[in-house]
Amino acid sequence: MTATIEPEVGKARLRKEDARLITGRTRWTDNLTVPGLLHLAFLRSPVAHAKITSIDVEDARRKPGVIAIFTGRDLAEAQGSLPCAWPITPDQKAPAAPSLAVDQVNFAGEAVAVVVARGNAEAHDALEAIEVEYEDLPVVLDMTAAVADGADLVHADLGTNKSAHWVFDSAEAGTGSDVEQAIAEAEVLIERTYRQQRLIPAFMEPRSVLVDPTGEQTTVWSATQIPHILRLMLALTTGIPEHKLRVIAPDVGGGFGGKLQVTPEEVVSLVVATRLGKPVKWTESRSESLLSAHHGRDQIQKLTLAARRDGTVTGLKVDLLADMGAYLRLVTPGVPILGAFMFNAIYKFPAYRFACTNVFTNKTPTDAYRGAGRPEATYAIERLMDELAAELGRDPIELREQNWIKHDEFPFTTVCGLEYDTGNYEAATAKAKEMFGYDALRAEQRERRERGDVVQLGIGTSTFTEMCGLAPSRVLGSLSYGAGGWEHAAVRMLPSGKVEVVTGSSAHGQGHETAWSQIVADQLGVPFEDVEVLHGDTQTSPRGLDTYGSRSLTVGAMAVLKAGEKVIRKARRIAAHTMECAESDLEFSGGRFTVKGTDRSTGLTDVALAVFAAHDLPDGVEPSLDSEATFDPENFSFPHGTHLCAVDVDTETGFVKIRKYVCVDDVGVVVNPIIVEGQVHGGLAQGLAQALYEEAVHDESGTLTTGTLADYLVPSAVDLPHFDTDRTETPSTTNQLGVKGVGEAGTIASTPAVVNAVVDAVRHFGVNDIQMPCTPMRVWTAINGGPTDAGGLGGEAGGGLGSIDTSGGAA
Amino acid sequence: MIPAAFDYTAPSTVDEAVRALADAGDDAKVIAGGQSLIPVLRMRLAAPTTLVDIGRIPELRGIRDDGDALVIGSTTTHYEVQRDPAVRDHALLLKVATDTVADPQVRHRGTFGGAIAHADPAGDLLAPVLALEAELVLHGLEGERTVAASDFFVDYFTTALRQDEILVAVRVPKHTGWGAHYEKFNRVAQAWSIVAVAAAVRTEGGVIAEARVGLTNMSSVPVRARAVEEALVGQPATVEAIKAAAAHAADGTSATEDSNADTAYREHLARVLTSRAVTAAAGV
Ligand SMILES: Cc1cc2nc3c(=O)[nH]c(=O)nc-3n(C[C@H](O)[C@H](O)[C@H](O)COP(=O)(O)OP(=O)(O)OC[C@H]3O[C@@H](n4cnc5c(N)ncnc54)[C@H](O)[C@@H]3O)c2cc1C
Repeated sequence: MTATIEPEVGKARLRKEDARLITGRTRWTDNLTVPGLLHLAFLRSPVAHAKITSIDVEDARRKPGVIAIFTGRDLAEAQGSLPCAWPITPDQKAPAAPSLAVDQVNFAGEAVAVVVARGNAEAHDALEAIEVEYEDLPVVLDMTAAVADGADLVHADLGTNKSAHWVFDSAEAGTGSDVEQAIAEAEVLIERTYRQQRLIPAFMEPRSVLVDPTGEQTTVWSATQIPHILRLMLALTTGIPEHKLRVIAPDVGGGFGGKLQVTPEEVVSLVVATRLGKPVKWTESRSESLLSAHHGRDQIQKLTLAARRDGTVTGLKVDLLADMGAYLRLVTPGVPILGAFMFNAIYKFPAYRFACTNVFTNKTPTDAYRGAGRPEATYAIERLMDELAAELGRDPIELREQNWIKHDEFPFTTVCGLEYDTGNYEAATAKAKEMFGYDALRAEQRERRERGDVVQLGIGTSTFTEMCGLAPSRVLGSLSYGAGGWEHAAVRMLPSGKVEVVTGSSAHGQGHETAWSQIVADQLGVPFEDVEVLHGDTQTSPRGLDTYGSRSLTVGAMAVLKAGEKVIRKARRIAAHTMECAESDLEFSGGRFTVKGTDRSTGLTDVALAVFAAHDLPDGVEPSLDSEATFDPENFSFPHGTHLCAVDVDTETGFVKIRKYVCVDDVGVVVNPIIVEGQVHGGLAQGLAQALYEEAVHDESGTLTTGTLADYLVPSAVDLPHFDTDRTETPSTTNQLGVKGVGEAGTIASTPAVVNAVVDAVRHFGVNDIQMPCTPMRVWTAINGGPTDAGGLGGEAGGGLGSIDTSGGAA
Repeated sequence: MIPAAFDYTAPSTVDEAVRALADAGDDAKVIAGGQSLIPVLRMRLAAPTTLVDIGRIPELRGIRDDGDALVIGSTTTHYEVQRDPAVRDHALLLKVATDTVADPQVRHRGTFGGAIAHADPAGDLLAPVLALEAELVLHGLEGERTVAASDFFVDYFTTALRQDEILVAVRVPKHTGWGAHYEKFNRVAQAWSIVAVAAAVRTEGGVIAEARVGLTNMSSVPVRARAVEEALVGQPATVEAIKAAAAHAADGTSATEDSNADTAYREHLARVLTSRAVTAAAGV
């Protein structure tokens, strides 16, 4: 009877949360209101580096509807310093990070004052009446110049622009040999410098905060990925006791790491609401978001790969400059370190050294953005492997295969000391090549090259892996990360047999509600519809470490599974008591306890009702099946895959069109193929965007010139190719579910696949690199023998709203 | 992203609109579809004290056949221009250029006249209007006057319109039987043209009899590629001949630089895209 039930795990279910999210008939923070709500608007610095010599708010204070205006000086004490939870070295230099600048601004867009008004429009009107006088300081924008002797300083009191220097050396760690020796003995050296341009997470829902201080607990609603971390950090930052705070992340419209933050606006909203004793709300505009929410990437990577003529790689040396921007935000310094263990990727490098210098500049602070550290690493190594193949005249896939870990070599301890549990790079690659029609496309490429076709075909490969599912608390501790990596869950059996699942993983678009329901439905043998997933409110879901780093399924859902196991264990005891048998005589399947070898059984839901009545429970048994669990993984998860990209490059204009994109990802066991597909598609879009479209550009004064979506080019569906996606399934052996993370995989893998394809298309013109994003002008300039970074930093943003320029719009 | 406060009036005739503009003085602004003006207001790059909404004046909307020309009312939407059979038959260039403007939502709100009056050098409808030698009908306190497209565009976002004038209609001479193509070059579908080329060509027995070529974003105003036009006339409609003529596309332009394109690249694009646009327009 039960055996015929089709398992929920693996079923391509439409997501139960979609109707409300897609129609917007839901609880976005900005949709919420409370009685007596006041509105906040922030005045932001137009200059990148200056002393604030005076702020005059008197005129603004008299504007209609204005309740109060606060400057940084007014809040200096109460606002504290924004937290950085990841000091990567003991001697790391970190400036004080006020939410409202007190006497100096360090990036254009930094908040200097806040207006509180009855209406949102009134708050914005009053901003214009605030007079701030600035005394300019020299602007530090270029990382290389910033670390040179005698450089102008972002924070004079620190005496340097270097925040920290962090090194991993396989010889010193005892995990491999000495890279300098490998370089000295190399038959082939590939030396390159790559730039990871600055990106903006550009989540769809702008950030928004509402603080209501009128209850016994002050409630903070925020469009955040991290309600639990936020609660603790707000308490530590402002001194308001943690138990007096309740944080709610209602439905949150995307984050991509951009909402993995304790923001100045959250702190100021809390401080102002507390001071006034009145509820306040702030919602940013798109341009405010692009300007002041944290940015991502921004590294200069100096790379040396050593190899033998036969193609065997023998060493890899990585020297990074990583742009922190003006301040260290929540995990800013650790982002490059998340990449430190990934440059060696799937290859058997015997020697490896990674060194990173974190640098301050007068720009918006950087922090996590989808992939955080790992896309940068993957880009570097996958570009280098193509360069090595070109240098040796080898097929890039064949060269990779020569060097990668074979499927029968798992578990494999890498040159960084990580243990990859499982993987099968051969299988994923074989499948991808077949779907792609690799050999036929190579033949076409040869033909078009010989013919001198105006449109040249290029083929790019990326055989990526990544470490995700953050993470074993012990490992995070060894990296000086400020928190653990566990996750919490509870499973509650309601008397009617329905189930409430409480999870610390607060979703912001991923589909946890559906996936967790599928897992619990199978485990407890209840219908999918009977499971409700509760999250995102520190009152209902009191413990958690939130959603980032592709950790929800591998850590969060594992906690749910563990809690479910406890429910079954408790129920078994009661079922045995009711049916007058030994616990060991019972088997649990399809939601029923059956006495082995008989047809006597009782359902879990019957047990739940019996527990509710509590009329006849065994001695010493509590009348509750509800259970909690906290899961701390023993290892990361290591998804991998093979991505192949074919591009048509118009050599007359430099325009790149993606013609075919195939990816075969191995994310272990799949709970819901539709969700996995969605994660892969979104990830690919963002990875492609880095390769071809997006870049946050500052002019020489430090002004962001890509401050609207007309200049910061997020591609839309029209610009993206059809994606041919498929999977291989090598279950992870480090968690019971056999799952690996998928949230960042597409982003991590796709960027180098695209750029490899672009370079491959024009290599015969003598091109071996084009800086990202590969804009038409850059590609065309490179083809014509010019620099690879044409139109790079500085200058006016192109095209754009046209009207939105300094000339003040239409005449 | 909240505009500064403003007064709003929605007159029902052109005369009332003109009077409202004059009364409100320098700080008044016409609003049509709002697709360019609203973003400017929201970013507080402009803060007019009065908006005169011309969207409720029936006489400004619609397309009329006037013998040798089409008369397109200024508040006719992009969508209506795209769908109009007379535009397709007699001013195909306008239709194909409008097809490339923005997205369906914007095309349902944005107006033909608004795009012209806005005079964004990267706007896609200016070069076609110039190439088709259209005339702009302006109405002010002192009545109506007509200005040739070549005199209308003065500078970035600056036109011959006076403060009290509105653009009431655009008179587009019929180009019946001409082939047309608008070649737009941008980085993503939503982005403005880096460079674009509007081409209309009339061929007779495989020979180019007449050609009109307008360039988008090659100067602070749309420009006619007259050297190309002259070089094309009398040539066989072949790829080679067109390419040779298109080599003159950047002559006399003054393209700016931005992070998408420096001047040399823009000039190069003008040549390549002109060649492609004319080739397509000539049906080669
Ligand atoms: C997302 C988006 C994408 C876009 N993409 C493109 C594109 O690819 N190509 C392109 O060409 N355009 C594009 N546009 C602009 C679009 O074409 C606008 O519709 C057009 O530029 C302005 O028309 P409107 O009716 O909305 O004018 P409004 O915004 O109402 O007005 C614009 C200006 O013109 C003035 N004005 C308007 N009508 C008159 C009149 N009759 N007489 C006098 N002055 C007048 C106004 O005072 C104002 O200064 C885009 C717009 C958006 C929002």
